[in-house]
Amino acid sequence: MTAPRFRYVSSDRRVREDRRFVAGKGRFVADIALPGTRHVALVTCPHPAARIVAIDKRAALAMPGVHYVLDGAELAAATLPLMAGLDTPNVPRRPLAVDVARYAGEWVAAVVADSRAAAEDAAEAVAIDYEPLPFVLDGEQAFAPGSPVVHEAHGSNVLLDRSFVWGEVDKDFAESPHRLSLRVAWGRSSTVPVETFGVVASWDPWREILDVYASIQMPKYPDQIAAALKLPASGVRVHHDVDVGGSYGVKRGIKHTVVAGYLTRRLGFPIRLIEDRLENMRGGDAHGPERLFDIEVAFDAAGVIRAMKMRALDNVGAYAGRSPFQLGKPVGAIVGPYRIKSVAYRAIAVTTNKTVQEAVRAFGQSPTNYAIERTIEEVATTLGLDRLEVRRRNLIRHEEFPYLIPSGSTYDSGDYHAVIDKVLRHADYDKLVAERDRLRHEGLLAGIGLAACLEPSGGNSSFEPLLNPKNATTTWMDSCRISVDLGGAISAAIHTTSAGQGHETMVATVIGEVLELDPERVRVVRPDSIASLPSNTPVGSRMAIMLGGAAFHAAEKLKARLVAIAAHDLGIPPERAVYRDGNVADSAAPSARRTWSELVTIAHRHFHKLPPGVEPGLSVAHIMQVPTGGGLPTADGRVQMYPCYSFEFHLLLLAIDPDLGKPEIRRYVVGHDCGTVINPKIVRGMTLGGIAHGIGAALYEEFAYDAQGQLMAQNFMDYLLPSAHEIPEIEIVHHETPSPHTVFGQKGSGESGYLGAPAAVASGVNDALRPLGITVNSLPMKAARLGDLIAAAREKVK
Amino acid sequence: MSIELAVNGQIHRVDVEPRMTLLDCLRDKLLLTGAHAGCEHGVCGACTVLLDGVAVRSCLMFCVQADGYAITTIEGLTPAPGELSVLQDAFCETHGMQCGYCTPAMILAAHALLAGNPAPTRDEIVEAISGNICRCTGYAQIVEAIALAAERLRGANRPAEP
Repeated sequence: MTAPRFRYVSSDRRVREDRRFVAGKGRFVADIALPGTRHVALVTCPHPAARIVAIDKRAALAMPGVHYVLDGAELAAATLPLMAGLDTPNVPRRPLAVDVARYAGEWVAAVVADSRAAAEDAAEAVAIDYEPLPFVLDGEQAFAPGSPVVHEAHGSNVLLDRSFVWGEVDKDFAESPHRLSLRVAWGRSSTVPVETFGVVASWDPWREILDVYASIQMPKYPDQIAAALKLPASGVRVHHDVDVGGSYGVKRGIKHTVVAGYLTRRLGFPIRLIEDRLENMRGGDAHGPERLFDIEVAFDAAGVIRAMKMRALDNVGAYAGRSPFQLGKPVGAIVGPYRIKSVAYRAIAVTTNKTVQEAVRAFGQSPTNYAIERTIEEVATTLGLDRLEVRRRNLIRHEEFPYLIPSGSTYDSGDYHAVIDKVLRHADYDKLVAERDRLRHEGLLAGIGLAACLEPSGGNSSFEPLLNPKNATTTWMDSCRISVDLGGAISAAIHTTSAGQGHETMVATVIGEVLELDPERVRVVRPDSIASLPSNTPVGSRMAIMLGGAAFHAAEKLKARLVAIAAHDLGIPPERAVYRDGNVADSAAPSARRTWSELVTIAHRHFHKLPPGVEPGLSVAHIMQVPTGGGLPTADGRVQMYPCYSFEFHLLLLAIDPDLGKPEIRRYVVGHDCGTVINPKIVRGMTLGGIAHGIGAALYEEFAYDAQGQLMAQNFMDYLLPSAHEIPEIEIVHHETPSPHTVFGQKGSGESGYLGAPAAVASGVNDALRPLGITVNSLPMKAARLGDLIAAAREKVK
Repeated sequence: MSIELAVNGQIHRVDVEPRMTLLDCLRDKLLLTGAHAGCEHGVCGACTVLLDGVAVRSCLMFCVQADGYAITTIEGLTPAPGELSVLQDAFCETHGMQCGYCTPAMILAAHALLAGNPAPTRDEIVEAISGNICRCTGYAQIVEAIALAAERLRGANRPAEP
């Protein structure tokens, strides 16, 4: 038996955050009650596009308890537009519409009152005179000449239209005996956390500081608020010790915070803006990608794909936030787990009169994975080959890692064939196929779903310079500080909010591992943003790698400090001093040792015993650069996107009652390889939750609009979130291919499951419907739609 | 208007607007912030509390309607400061949550189930929490937590071996 590699890492430890949540003692933004707080409700535009002719506030202001009605003109005069990702100065984004509102539900005015109820009543009394304007909802239509233009000053709806060619695409196409093309569509959905976005802001004019409590997951949030409010970032104090009630990407809240921040400065009392569900779904600017893919692939008779052309057109809604970058991240995994030699990629982002798109779990990668997987299956169908076999032939082989893909990213490690074999064995694949056939024999439409997908992890920001030439960002650091107090107790500071990822547990585990001390001894705290070191928040499956890495390196620094102090005090060369379990001993004479508390005392009290040049006290910090990061893209758009690549293989069996059209998942197995797992409970939960979210995106969830530009899914009766009934029991098959780029071999897992579940469910549905000659190439595949397709196909057969 | 609410075994006299929901009253008047607003239209279940032991949505009723019932919130399930009930501890053991926002309501729904059914099947557990949306977990570790709590509670109630 080999000794375990780790003491605490990878062991099935409890998640320390859980204790406060099960007692109802989480500290969510709605729980923050500052004395004298007033409440905001929003007045929204009912038209998809309209000129704001006049705003009459008199009736609202006359109502009891109402303090203020803020409109877009006043706010715009006092603030700067919100930061956009691309270089699109003529597409200004403001928290409240100025002159023109560009989607139904856009915020036009904010009402401040003593209570939320009073503010809502008064919001209804704000009378706004609109002049409706032409509008456009469809992405292709918005891209085509002659479309109504959402931002007149910009001249068109095109925010981004960039073409890349990596490798000899034309040659590879010319030399390939087969080719096919298809169009697939990813529908507009989102992560829709149970907690809406909220912010409480309070301006202190005597200290000139804006205190912000928010349900936030946004890189560089304090800087962005400060810039818009024309404050120095040192004048914005974001409190990181607020629990975030789910985010999965979308809790970006800059516009909300600018409204609240302006109002508290203007009015002199704390302001609270907590979205209700309607404000969240319609005007919270938190929709996900809505993407059309046109794909062409060239392949040989064995189904080996040589080249791919992909055109992706994303409908990003009415304003340009960070969302167009969601077309950029997939460049780092544009071939998925496959050996496709050359790729042409055209990324198009257009504005329309829909709600603004924001970052959603996996930042655009899940739609791209779905498109690639659909393509692989079409190749198999065209050649009459087995879908699994075609995947196997195209997958990158274990011995080929590190593997450079045409678009410039090198995949760190993986063993895709091994993961697939493990899953097939676990599931007894032949039996599963037999079960599918048995179900078909019973008159059900049954299908097996497959998906082999990547989760790029370690969230860097290379897509910024890739898509915006004015942006030369090459670092996306994260940080940790560790201090040991006079009594020897350890505390670690992390510099972000968390939305359920268990960062406190992870950091304590990592520090305990390095220091060889029980992680329970490590207190983890979250200083406010002014007291914080730089962090880029938990985006892009990065915290195990980046925060875990920063904690590791900080702990190593602390250990080195303790060793140096002990060696100096023992009068031995440092290389002879050995650290174990918090104490340091002379390797030549183990009885000569200094204990943890002796070392702490020297550091805190006995400057005369410290080695020359060593700072007193015991506090160390590490700010970590993203592994493999730091380079700018080449002129042809090649760049290392993220450092690590997790792999997941989904296998499922589903059955559809042809009279109902509703897919029921009978079995779901996922093989998951995210390298070394730091906390098994957390990684398992994220994977299962990601799959649930993916099942929602595949089958239930859609922000549908009617032809008049009205959002039809405005509540949870229209926007369907999977309940416990819809999510099957999911079996996870674990595999571990460590990453060479990280401290323990860990990769990211925060987006796991969601990367492949939509593709897998689509694969299963298409396998089930194949006997009827039906192929479904768009998500979501709602039961009503499938039922209609099945009915029509059966009608034809009759 | 003035009403009396019996919450977690204590009587509170509160002055409320007639239109105030039970959820807002618990949170804003009694500072019991373990009940959460999610959708405020009765679908997500994050506001679940127990009324005479039955799980109900506190966003869908006025607090004046709760006058006369025994209300239990998550704060009422915690035996003592820093101490967890068997059910709460089971949620920690299986990590039956991530962000923690839906968690108090899930635990109350599970509590109501276990009060009447000490040995629920998986299907019965799923049914009991099917009115509570969780976006983080995919439910598996929640179902496991409830099954584990049921098992532990059954063990605790078994008479000692002779």
